[in-house]
Amino acid sequence: MSSLPPQPSAVNEGPASRRSAVPHTSMFLRMLLRAAVLRRGRAASALLAMVVAAAVATAMLNLYVDVQAKLRKEFRNYGANVVVVAKDGQALPADALRIAESTLAGRGLAAPFAYVVARTSDGKSVVVSGTDFDQVRKLDRWWSVTAWPLAPQDALIGVRAAAVVSPQGKAFDLSFRGHGVHLNPAGTLQTGAAEDSRVYVPLGDFEAWTGVQPSTIEIAASGSPEEVSDMIQKLAQALPGAEVRPVRQIVEGEARVLGKTRATLLSAAILIILTAALCVLSTLIGWVFDRRRDFAIMKALGASERLIGGFFAAEAAALGIVGAVIGFAIGIGAAAWIGRVNFHAPVVPRFSVFPAILVGSVAVALISAVLPMSLLRRVQPAMILRGE
Amino acid sequence: MFARLVYESFRRQKRRKLLAGVAITLGVGVATAMIAVATDIGNKINRELRSYGANLMVSPQEDTLDVEIGGVNLKPPSDGAYLNEADLPRIKGMFWRNNIVGFAPMLPANVNVSAGSGTKSLTLLGTYFSKQLRFGKEDFVTGVRATHPWWKVRGAWPDDNSQDVLLGERLATKLNRRPGEQIEISGQSHRIAGILSTGGAEDDQIVAPIALAQQILGKPGAVRRIYVSALTKPEDALARRDPKSMNPEVFDRWYCSPYVQSIAYQLQETIPHSHAEQIRQVAQNEGTVLARITGLMLLVTLAALFASALAVSAAMATAIFERRSEVGLMKALGAGNASVAALFFTEATLLALIGGVVGFAGGALLARQIGRSIFDSKITIQPVLFPVILAIAVIVTFAGSAAAIRRAVKFDPVYALRGEA
Repeated sequence: MSSLPPQPSAVNEGPASRRSAVPHTSMFLRMLLRAAVLRRGRAASALLAMVVAAAVATAMLNLYVDVQAKLRKEFRNYGANVVVVAKDGQALPADALRIAESTLAGRGLAAPFAYVVARTSDGKSVVVSGTDFDQVRKLDRWWSVTAWPLAPQDALIGVRAAAVVSPQGKAFDLSFRGHGVHLNPAGTLQTGAAEDSRVYVPLGDFEAWTGVQPSTIEIAASGSPEEVSDMIQKLAQALPGAEVRPVRQIVEGEARVLGKTRATLLSAAILIILTAALCVLSTLIGWVFDRRRDFAIMKALGASERLIGGFFAAEAAALGIVGAVIGFAIGIGAAAWIGRVNFHAPVVPRFSVFPAILVGSVAVALISAVLPMSLLRRVQPAMILRGE
Repeated sequence: MFARLVYESFRRQKRRKLLAGVAITLGVGVATAMIAVATDIGNKINRELRSYGANLMVSPQEDTLDVEIGGVNLKPPSDGAYLNEADLPRIKGMFWRNNIVGFAPMLPANVNVSAGSGTKSLTLLGTYFSKQLRFGKEDFVTGVRATHPWWKVRGAWPDDNSQDVLLGERLATKLNRRPGEQIEISGQSHRIAGILSTGGAEDDQIVAPIALAQQILGKPGAVRRIYVSALTKPEDALARRDPKSMNPEVFDRWYCSPYVQSIAYQLQETIPHSHAEQIRQVAQNEGTVLARITGLMLLVTLAALFASALAVSAAMATAIFERRSEVGLMKALGAGNASVAALFFTEATLLALIGGVVGFAGGALLARQIGRSIFDSKITIQPVLFPVILAIAVIVTFAGSAAAIRRAVKFDPVYALRGEA
């Protein structure tokens, strides 16, 4: 580290005319490479700063882009954000559920609900609902259920309804318009809302017993607010006989919380990226400053300021590119790790942020190279070489 | 002599000291702001999550079964038990009163409305809009505007002491009424203050001040349900335990934690003959969303701390590396490794303290700004954070300088003085 590399003989030999014929580029590249190899420690620390900054920036940007999708998934646990209801007491068309599901095309869940008021054997009224338990289980995850009904004639009974229809947990009878049905209580349901006062039975049993078709379809459509309102329009077109409306409580709550979270994350990302850039800046300034002797020697040997400027800039740019590539890979890994720890699903790598990282890294590196250059330019090479 | 060395070093090398100082200040500032935001984000998001509406419902203990489909009540009006409206303000006297964002009583009544030629049977829902209440010496305002923030009114919200009503959006279209017009409800004429849009069952109902519903039912002071919106702590194993099976010590801990279960328990204590229960759709999901967001911010804060620690140590390393010739001179004049290191460490500590104080103040301002622009409420910084941040700043600056100082001290003074570093 203490002495300059021996001058390559091929360049020193020969007359001036031959020297000018040798392409400058090979010398330029050689100087770049030798500088990196000879000053390994300093180059490594500059590169490390670059890599860390690029990695942090990549992880933050990736998180910022992906957190929306991740959180939306959590918000879907709030249940339906769209409901399809029959207009004014009519039933939905028989194929409404099929149409709704084909319109959703896998981008959401749909659960049908049919309701009647039945009478218990001692003449009390109770709301009975027919539904598809497989769908409800996925749609309404907050339902606290002791055991889901599996067999036909099994019913899921709300905790408040249970006290009325089957206080001892025995099989019970219900009647609707003179038709009776015998049901087994499979489990109880607790939600803290209207569901607690209802009895849920499989839709097939329900239709066979009452002859009533579903009047409501609850849908949890996934995606951004635009995609959801798009879906509402499509559903309204596909089901002209029904009313399709968003569940404002869910849609607005989600938009609000998501918006605030994203804004907080964005300000955090900006702060962190700024700090990382600062770290690169101070390391690189130190690195360039440290090489003022190289600068002086080059100048003393007759190199133009433009050439020296180009040399330092190329060095910085190379550092920026290498740092960005390695940092990007590490950052993707960090984002995936955060995704797994926090959301139990890895954050999908976004290669679209790579150009931003690359441009940012090179820009920061160039700025850090140019800043000390302007200071060095004012100094006479002799002063630096004398060690002042 | 030592003090003079330090003083002169600061006086003569302003640029270098400034660079390192700026790095420390920014690093500490970012760390302070991020820690402040991360410690407060739980509260802030919890408050935002209240926009999902009430997470607790209080109903009469001896209640009969609800017979309600799609928001239409099919139960005979005389049926069922009631709570007493006079007990409501006591909610503000319970242990976790400050966590109660709002509450709204509900009293449905079946009414007949003349529509065109015939009459129509409808549900009229009596409630508080933003009612002025008083408990002890404390005045407060509560009602659906706090518990159901997604309710939107075209026109104006009715006054809680008036006889004005809100008409559900779909009902208004069906009856072809506009705000300011009159509507005849069960033989009496009422002014329509506004049109209500909720996206739920209320769109087909009339919503009125609770006194009107009580008057129609002939039951003064009656309340059917109370919706309570409370700030709660995410559920854990303790929250789910049955309070009856706890020993007194565990019970106290459970009672004094703002779990949705313990707030429900306290509501039951506060309001006689009541049964309070969490609305699982809201209460259960709140916990997961809150945990995800706070977890995310915690990890992001760690990243911020890491980045600022790195920035500080990079700046310190650079500042020290530039001064090798100085070290060479000192050593040539007979200074020992220990005194050189002591000089550098003293300088680093001074820088860290100055940068720490300025950075803490800047970070506090930054956190405040973030709080105000994103959450419309300020983020408060715990004073206990100050010594912690300062200690971290000093430690990080030390750690960042240590490697560079060791290298500088080890360097042969002859080479350093010859300028061959």
